[in-house]
Amino acid sequence: MQNENITYITAKNKWYRIKFRELWEYRDLMMLFVKRNITTSYKQTVLGPLWIIINPLLSTVVFTVIFGVIAGISTDGIPQFLFYMSGNVLWGFFSNCLNKGSGTFLMNRNLFGKVYFPRLVSPLSDMIYSFINYAIQMIVYVGLVVVYAITTPNVQPNMYLFLLPVLVIQTAVLGMSVGLIISSITTKYRDLNILVSFCVSLWMYVTPVVYPASKIPENLRGLIMANPVAPIMEIYRHAFLGCGSFELFYWLISLAVTLVLMVFGLIVFNKVEKNFIDTV
Amino acid sequence: MDKNCVIKVENLQKEYKLGVIGTGTLRRDIQSWVAKKRGKEDPNRRIGAKTYEKGETFLALDDFNIEIFRGERVGIIGANGAGKSTFLKLLSRITAPTDGKIAYRGRIASMLEVGTGFHGELTGRENIYLNGAILGMSKAEVDKKMDQIIEFSECEQFIDTPVKRYSSGMFVKLAFAVASHLDAEIMIMDEVLAVGDMKFQKKCIAKMRELAVDENRTVLYVSHNMNTIQDLCNRCIVLDKGKKVYDGEVDEAIKLYLGGDNDEFFSYEFVDDRYKFPVKHRRLDLKNVKYIGRTTNLFYDDEPLCLELKWKNLEDIKSLSLRIEIQDARRLPITSYLLEHFYSGKKGEENTLKLKLDVSKFTDGRYAARYIFYDKAGEKAPYEDVEDSMGLAFRRYISDNHKRRWHRSWGSVKLGDIEIME
Repeated sequence: MQNENITYITAKNKWYRIKFRELWEYRDLMMLFVKRNITTSYKQTVLGPLWIIINPLLSTVVFTVIFGVIAGISTDGIPQFLFYMSGNVLWGFFSNCLNKGSGTFLMNRNLFGKVYFPRLVSPLSDMIYSFINYAIQMIVYVGLVVVYAITTPNVQPNMYLFLLPVLVIQTAVLGMSVGLIISSITTKYRDLNILVSFCVSLWMYVTPVVYPASKIPENLRGLIMANPVAPIMEIYRHAFLGCGSFELFYWLISLAVTLVLMVFGLIVFNKVEKNFIDTV
Repeated sequence: MDKNCVIKVENLQKEYKLGVIGTGTLRRDIQSWVAKKRGKEDPNRRIGAKTYEKGETFLALDDFNIEIFRGERVGIIGANGAGKSTFLKLLSRITAPTDGKIAYRGRIASMLEVGTGFHGELTGRENIYLNGAILGMSKAEVDKKMDQIIEFSECEQFIDTPVKRYSSGMFVKLAFAVASHLDAEIMIMDEVLAVGDMKFQKKCIAKMRELAVDENRTVLYVSHNMNTIQDLCNRCIVLDKGKKVYDGEVDEAIKLYLGGDNDEFFSYEFVDDRYKFPVKHRRLDLKNVKYIGRTTNLFYDDEPLCLELKWKNLEDIKSLSLRIEIQDARRLPITSYLLEHFYSGKKGEENTLKLKLDVSKFTDGRYAARYIFYDKAGEKAPYEDVEDSMGLAFRRYISDNHKRRWHRSWGSVKLGDIEIME
């Protein structure tokens, strides 16, 4: 049967016209990219996918030793290992989404230069891949939480866990949106590409990952909590461990910022994807 | 858009900026921008570098218009930089045009590179899914065609091996197999078949032709290989410097592209070695050639081709032989006329040779010739060439009463009728 749809290619498209329907038609490709990433990530490694779990565990050990044992930063009465693990897993997910998103144009330029498909497929599949990694780490983390909740009276998972899906989606969307914006700019300015990894680690230190929000000096508190990742981190930890507090005000700001960045990211990405191959 | 029109291109234009695009770092770009606003000289301009002002651009495609219809097999040829690949890139939506419009009907499968998106670590089978999806197939579609694809690719044995261990030939085969089984109405190929072996190339061309003829698909093929173009296409576009210079018959297009400049000659005097091929030891100098009593190189129906050759001996020559090679428009030899042991002579002698060739078996079209003189003193090949030169081209035209049904693709020499045995 012949497909009779007519497609038009013109010099200018409306900047707000993002082809979501087309994106949906390419869902198979998205899943195949995810599958490709999974199958190829740990090829020719001895431990294979075990690395997904080993990675955060190792950095948690490092954090525990440096920030917990040596620096002696308070963890609000939560066992140090659990406290750092919780920050690590979520931050890892966020930074993965951001890093992968920011590499979209540069990493895929060979592919994008030879064949057309909605470019958004690529960062979205990276996001899904990051989510799968995160989910696997969550299994270990939840296991730890359960063990500690039984043995330690301070660890108290609570009702806020119902917010978890929203938090996870917000983290992914925020990470990817920032990534897309960076990716769009890097097609012209490569500097940013180098800056990204530095900025991401810097960002981690202005987010309550290795310290609880309660230990932020009062005069800096507003500033730090204005960082959109900070409230997510706090609520997340509050839900699982019962430490810290739930502050709706900061979370609403964070949600608004996420939304704005998402819209902005999509528009910029949509604009750049049409011609980036000429400049990259 | 007309019902049978599958691709319609109107006033298409693609502009590239000349010079360096930006300076690549944000700080310098801001510096340059500030300087420009203040009306000062750009501090980042290299001294002595030519300034590319606004508007200094390069048109890779300029006012390009074309309509392509269902079932056409269109070849696109042109020198490097003529705009062929730009056109395909615009058509496959890799980059956007600067001006103009393209409309197409149905889906486009483009193969601008062999095995785009193939991942070395994945097996052949996994790559079929991936590549299929990249080209726009759904998983269900690939599933349905999996067996056909594997069979066509001739890679059955290795289908579950990572493709990083494939040879480049196998790679192409697999990639082409996927692309050709895509249910796209339009197929775009950019010089991709060249990597496969001859047998596979033939198979691909046959497959593409079959898709076009049987299923009314449209094929666009870019190549520098005129044989492939001639085998595959039934329409040909010649591009030059971003403009369409010819659109029509394949033979004419190839002729225009190859630009045989002695095509219309009916006599020629060799003044230099421009039309001579190198021989190891030249002992004879062909001076001039002409068609006797002619003012054109067109030969009708049964007319014989009467040829006069004049040469000078550079050395003593014994047992000279001559081979006249006839080539088709692609410059591939079709056949040769032989004249053996016809002459011996002393150094310095000048000679004229008049020959009559029967060219009645050649069908309508244009042929090139090549004259090779050789020394056949001994009976053992290889003989030593003593002169080798491009010959006069000739055209054949069979008038209607002589014409029997004959198609170009049947070949250019029409042999005799077949006799039925008792």
